Amino acid sequence: MSPAEKRSPLFHQLVVYLLFLILLLPLLGTLVYSLSTSWSATILPSGFTFKWYLALWSDARFLAAFGRSLLVCFGALALALLLILPLLFVVNYHFPRLDGVMNVLILLPFAIPPVVSSVGLMQLFASGPLPILGTPWILIGCYFTIALPFMYRAITNNLQAINLRDLMDAAHLLGASTWRAAFMVVLPNLRKGLMVSVFLSFSFLFGEFVFANLLVGSRYETLQVYLYNMRNDSGHFTSALVISYFMFVLLMTWAANRLNKDKS
Amino acid sequence: MKSTISSKGWALLCLVPFALFFFAFQIAPLAWVASNSLNTAEGWGLGNFQQAFSSPFYRQAMRHSLEVAFWSSLFGIVIAIIGSYSLRQVSSRLRDFVMAFSNMTSNFSGVPLAFAFIILLGFNGALTILLKQMGVIEDFNLYSKTGLIVLYTYFQIPLGVLLLYPAFDALREDWRESAELLGASTWQFWRHIGLPVLTPALLGTFVILLANALGAYATVYALTTGNFNILPIRIAAMVSGDIFLDPNMASALAMVLVGLMTLITIVHQWLLRRSYHVAR
Repeated sequence: MSPAEKRSPLFHQLVVYLLFLILLLPLLGTLVYSLSTSWSATILPSGFTFKWYLALWSDARFLAAFGRSLLVCFGALALALLLILPLLFVVNYHFPRLDGVMNVLILLPFAIPPVVSSVGLMQLFASGPLPILGTPWILIGCYFTIALPFMYRAITNNLQAINLRDLMDAAHLLGASTWRAAFMVVLPNLRKGLMVSVFLSFSFLFGEFVFANLLVGSRYETLQVYLYNMRNDSGHFTSALVISYFMFVLLMTWAANRLNKDKS
Repeated sequence: MKSTISSKGWALLCLVPFALFFFAFQIAPLAWVASNSLNTAEGWGLGNFQQAFSSPFYRQAMRHSLEVAFWSSLFGIVIAIIGSYSLRQVSSRLRDFVMAFSNMTSNFSGVPLAFAFIILLGFNGALTILLKQMGVIEDFNLYSKTGLIVLYTYFQIPLGVLLLYPAFDALREDWRESAELLGASTWQFWRHIGLPVLTPALLGTFVILLANALGAYATVYALTTGNFNILPIRIAAMVSGDIFLDPNMASALAMVLVGLMTLITIVHQWLLRRSYHVAR
């Protein structure tokens, strides 16, 4: 035990438990609500049941929305990888000075709230050469920008850790072309970092609501929009939905953390 | 080896798809908003901004945005400071567990969070009833400004802990012991050593929380179905509402929001540079 722990361990433990309780309360409330038969105007529910989960998981509209969300998120992540990997390779190998420019550019998706971009996106993609407003394609494009700052930073750190230049020089010496070296040597070395950043990006793309609701809405109902549209339905049903959603995201972040731990 | 020009040319070519997508989905929409904010019925000019700053309705939206962002960031960071500090003093098992849980709840935002709060703190929420029966509160309206601040504070806490926890690394335990040996009280230690060392990290975290709250839309939209007058709601209502569409005014309000965010980002970058200076 360190001296600090001896000083007032009870106080600090209490604070930590209180913090945990504050963070837990909304989740716990939703969980209990999703499992109760009815719960209104009382402190405790009247009985427990699984029927809301059964109703949810047998609802075709829910399953369709879930599938659409998966499709859009993985589509966006595939696009992001396809665009960001060559970019990172070129920036790190050929034009290291571009990294400074990129670090400013990737601030944009972070600093510009989606609601602002939406105003422009709605006008630009409503008609004209690319009328994709109201289709999943516009979401895939937007989600790429959301994932960009995060993936760029994560993969850059990974690239710096593997000594890209030495690795490429070694591959070149052994007679590999730049393409071959990039695909056969660099890419496999990045695999774990890529997986971690994909899982983590997925967990926040899956919860994205602003673009999904403003740009597409019910025309291609994703999970978050479905959840919002169900707001007038039974609160127990929506609670089961919230808990199911959260459990799924949890599984993704848990997988990412597992992968991350293996690395070190 | 082939000529370097051609290999660099190929390399540049690899950047084209990225540049196209980034332009289409990030730069172009922003440019549209920026230019159309200056587009009024009478031609180009600052008319939209004049209207935005003179209308009591839009001014209220801005004030609400700033108030909710400021108070939720302040409460969020205070809870995160106390929490992070205590987290460092407990056993590693408890710490790892609560840290992991806190990171997990950072995904709990937007629509699901609003629903959870309605269940807990709505008019018939379990916690509202409990607190009423205990006589702690007389009435609580989740759908008001106070309610929003409580809700926003909740989603600020995990982010605050995530950002602040590492910052306490800068505060070495032996400084505390030295200060104590020299006769400093706990208050004196924090006043003269602890807080000054942590200030850049605290301010940096605070501005990130501010930005996080200013741009938030999903939570307040789901909670009040767009009936609370706050900047992101106003902007969205003018491009997607069914009654009154005004993309140019929406652009002007969006630029006000962007202006606030830019200010925050610049301050953050500046603080970041200073904090490296201190960390060394």
